Amino acid sequence: MKTRKSIPYIYVSAAFLLVMVFVYFPIMQNFYYSFLKLSSYSENVTFMGLANYKRLFVDPIFYIGLRNNILYAVISIIFQVGIGLVLAMLLESKYVGSLRGFFRSVFFVPCVISIAAVGLLWQFIYNPEVGLLNNFLKTIGLEMLAHPWLGDSKTAIYSIIGMSQWQWTGYIVMLFIVAIQKIPVQLYEAADIDGASGIQKALTITIPQVKEMTLVTSVITVIGSFKVFTEVYTMTLGGPGNSSHVLGTYLYETAFLYDELGYASTIGAIIFIITLATSILQIIISKSGEA
Amino acid sequence: MKDKKDMRYIITKVGINILLFILAIVAIYPLYWLVLNSFKTNNELFTNSLAFPEVLSFNNYVLAWDRGLSKFFLNSVYVSILSVGLTVLLGALAAYGLSRFEFKAKKLIFILILGGLMLPEQVSLVPLYKLLQKIHLYNTHWAMIVPYVAFRIPFAVFLMRSYFLSFPKDIEEAAYIDGYGSFSIFLKIVLPISKPILAAAAIMTLNFVWNEFIFALVFVENENIMTIPIGLMSFKGKVRADWTILLAGITIASIPMVALYLSMQKQFVRGLMAGSTKG
Repeated sequence: MKTRKSIPYIYVSAAFLLVMVFVYFPIMQNFYYSFLKLSSYSENVTFMGLANYKRLFVDPIFYIGLRNNILYAVISIIFQVGIGLVLAMLLESKYVGSLRGFFRSVFFVPCVISIAAVGLLWQFIYNPEVGLLNNFLKTIGLEMLAHPWLGDSKTAIYSIIGMSQWQWTGYIVMLFIVAIQKIPVQLYEAADIDGASGIQKALTITIPQVKEMTLVTSVITVIGSFKVFTEVYTMTLGGPGNSSHVLGTYLYETAFLYDELGYASTIGAIIFIITLATSILQIIISKSGEA
Repeated sequence: MKDKKDMRYIITKVGINILLFILAIVAIYPLYWLVLNSFKTNNELFTNSLAFPEVLSFNNYVLAWDRGLSKFFLNSVYVSILSVGLTVLLGALAAYGLSRFEFKAKKLIFILILGGLMLPEQVSLVPLYKLLQKIHLYNTHWAMIVPYVAFRIPFAVFLMRSYFLSFPKDIEEAAYIDGYGSFSIFLKIVLPISKPILAAAAIMTLNFVWNEFIFALVFVENENIMTIPIGLMSFKGKVRADWTILLAGITIASIPMVALYLSMQKQFVRGLMAGSTKG
């Protein structure tokens, strides 16, 4: 179509400006802040060079947070991607008949509820006295396993991660289901003629055919694991004794409880580098044709 | 021989269905427990959280609504309508511009907008907090709406651009020859045929906005402006030991998205799929 030269710019300008000013600009500014000593209540700004980074690399809470984010990522890959793929294959198999849609909907429901609501709900579920989990353990005679799940620094982060598996596995299952449905039927028909079993077909057709989706879901879960905030904030605030902090909650606490905006930005810079590296890795892997 | 094979098929089938049933119970039971206890008195909850309530009473819901949840709910509705409307409108405009015209900076603008998909919100938290204070949006509804729109536009553009690219330009060209201007073609022809993708973009944006937590937590401190997820936290402090009222509050906060999902599963899945191929 022939139009005046300015027309396309009119179409894109509002969206482009908003993204530039409220997404790119703050993220770049975050890097600048990470070299400063900065407070929200005073105008004093001191240039610190790399001091914030040096401090971060010897800060034990930073390592607790980093470790918990990595735990989050590893456990989420096993449950959501690993078990999620198996569940999707079972749901799409010939063994599941008219209940397919029902299962799919039920598995998916937890992920449309806000993390804040889910966090508050699971605080009750993990409650030592009235909580669903301990009650359930009592009912089936495993009372000795009952535990103050969120109140113990050894189990707090695992309890939070467990809740996230409950909330997000159905989401990943749904992504795998759509990927499985796109596999050409002829592949399975040919395998049937060769007399392949269900497990053989899963290993030689389904899993290789959904390789790309496996990469995508892995990246989604890893990036999601490094962006965790609300789960921890609503359930433990990082406690007991800093044991369940993740980078996101430590950033928040540093910035808005201790008013160390520069140091908080340093934590933000690390989150940025990790998530960007994951995205770049995804692009490299998918371009190299490995997935 | 055939019987043996049938037996094995039946056993596998029963086994898999039982497994899926157990998992379905695991998925749904916490929500059932939530709703069940939201109808109880606090005493009943403490006596036995697994039992049925003695009388089915909506008392907790009325109390939760009156003690502040109504305000948070209305704030969420207000922020959601404006954020979704602006994201879809500005996103559609940009997606149309990027799919129908050739111009110099097209590639750069396209890459920059889509690149926004990869940027984590938390990294912008401190600078945005400062920026919103400087431009006097801090602690207003717009302190949430503006960042929401900016952070969701990349996804909306991504979703809609591929849709615009996929349908033929013939109709638009005919309208163009008939003397219609570019913008009236966009409004009167393009938007109406794009309803399905606009709906998918709106639903995905709504799901994000309704549940968003960290921006709402940091950019607003006035209780009269808070949206539901943050409101629930402050509500929790207020009701203290009245746990069943809090459970009713959590249920109220969750109902809109669950209802939306159950009634529009197709659009949800469409948006979801598009989101997963963003790499």
